[in-house]
Amino acid sequence: MFDRYIIVENSLRNVRQGSDVVGFAFDARCGYYRRLILSMVEELDVEVDGTPVPRQDVSLTVGGRTYSLDEMRSEYKVAWEFGEPATVTVAKPGGLPAGPHDIRLAEQLRISYLPVPHTPVTTQTLTVSA
Amino acid sequence: MTHSIKRGVSLYSFQEEYFLRKLTLEDCIAVSVGFGALGIETIAEQMMPGFPDLSDDFYRRWDAWREQYGFQPTAHDMFAELKLYPDRARPTGELVEDLKKDIDHTARLGATVIRILAATPAEVVELAAPYARDKGVRLATEVHAPRRFSSDWFASHFEVAERVGPDVVGICPDLGIFVKRLPKVLWERSLRDGADSDFVKRVVDVYDSGEDTSTLQDEAERLNLGPLEQDIALQATRFIWEEPRQLLDYMPYIHHVHAKFYEIDDSGEEYSIPYQEIISVLKEGGYDGYLSSEYEGNRHIQDAFEVDSVEQVRRHQEMLTRLLADED
Repeated sequence: MFDRYIIVENSLRNVRQGSDVVGFAFDARCGYYRRLILSMVEELDVEVDGTPVPRQDVSLTVGGRTYSLDEMRSEYKVAWEFGEPATVTVAKPGGLPAGPHDIRLAEQLRISYLPVPHTPVTTQTLTVSA
Repeated sequence: MTHSIKRGVSLYSFQEEYFLRKLTLEDCIAVSVGFGALGIETIAEQMMPGFPDLSDDFYRRWDAWREQYGFQPTAHDMFAELKLYPDRARPTGELVEDLKKDIDHTARLGATVIRILAATPAEVVELAAPYARDKGVRLATEVHAPRRFSSDWFASHFEVAERVGPDVVGICPDLGIFVKRLPKVLWERSLRDGADSDFVKRVVDVYDSGEDTSTLQDEAERLNLGPLEQDIALQATRFIWEEPRQLLDYMPYIHHVHAKFYEIDDSGEEYSIPYQEIISVLKEGGYDGYLSSEYEGNRHIQDAFEVDSVEQVRRHQEMLTRLLADED
């Protein structure tokens, strides 16, 4: 229902720690029609230029706190609010080269009344500035 | 026929604009009141971040808006968090505790009805009913497609309503149970996506003539059609047409109505749901609650068109005003 909006435009950037580029990040919205508590976010599948990112390299920052996908499974209180951008960070030494990249995001969301996960998915070309 | 049916808006209608931060909660209220829809239904989990732990500041702001815009809070839409845990079902006691928080929130808003998500176990409603009674809040289970009045699901919820009494437990019919013609926005999208036009026409014909839609997916498979055709065939099974006069059997239990709509076209009519027929039945039955506009067309048109929920709600309210004034 909100698939096309789940990746926030112009939000791709490399992430630095001190002088090292340790990964890249972009902002994403939860593609459901209400907020979801993090335990119900089952997977965030990220692909960059057609290559899947290993699950353990993905984290989500919500309200200033960063969670791995495994940590989210037992977070029963904090919610990804409706329409609120959160940050998806991918650990990758060196980050992404400057220029355009195809980012694909699929969110697997466990919904109270649906038998299988609701999975909004989109691909967007975002640019890392030099 | 004289009646006391009132007009309202569910802010669900504006989810696209809110999601994209084009409208705030206050904007959504102001727009609705501007159309003369004085009953405001809210979905806390959309537009009240932090729910159920909202601050006193938030509620004070709400009170100030009530004073400023002069609206009546109608319903709060609850969601039973049935799948909070990845590895186990939610215990009934926890669901009841959650519902009590919904009841507190509803009472604090000054609203009188909770829309109970259809998937909520009837037992949870029954266990929370005494608390709701104390707080002056009614629990209205949403009758939503594809669930029917004739289902076991409905029987189990209605049994609770009868046992507790309609002063506390009842129903909220969603007018999406009266879809007589498959919504145009649905099959037009399918065509835009590239589905086989003969097959789409076949799906529409089967649905609109009231025939069985459950065989359409098999039919698509026999014809060697792809996922787009499978999808429209599946979607057709999620819409239903109930006879509107069935509402007359449940009048004392109807606490709120979701006036679902998919598209009000340039003629000012809802293509798929025969509003005149339904409103005439509600008048006959003496319904005196709110018709709460619930726009749900955005998801079907956002691929090709700018979604304008405000304009859709304006048209819908105009149609309701006209039909409520009719002397039938």
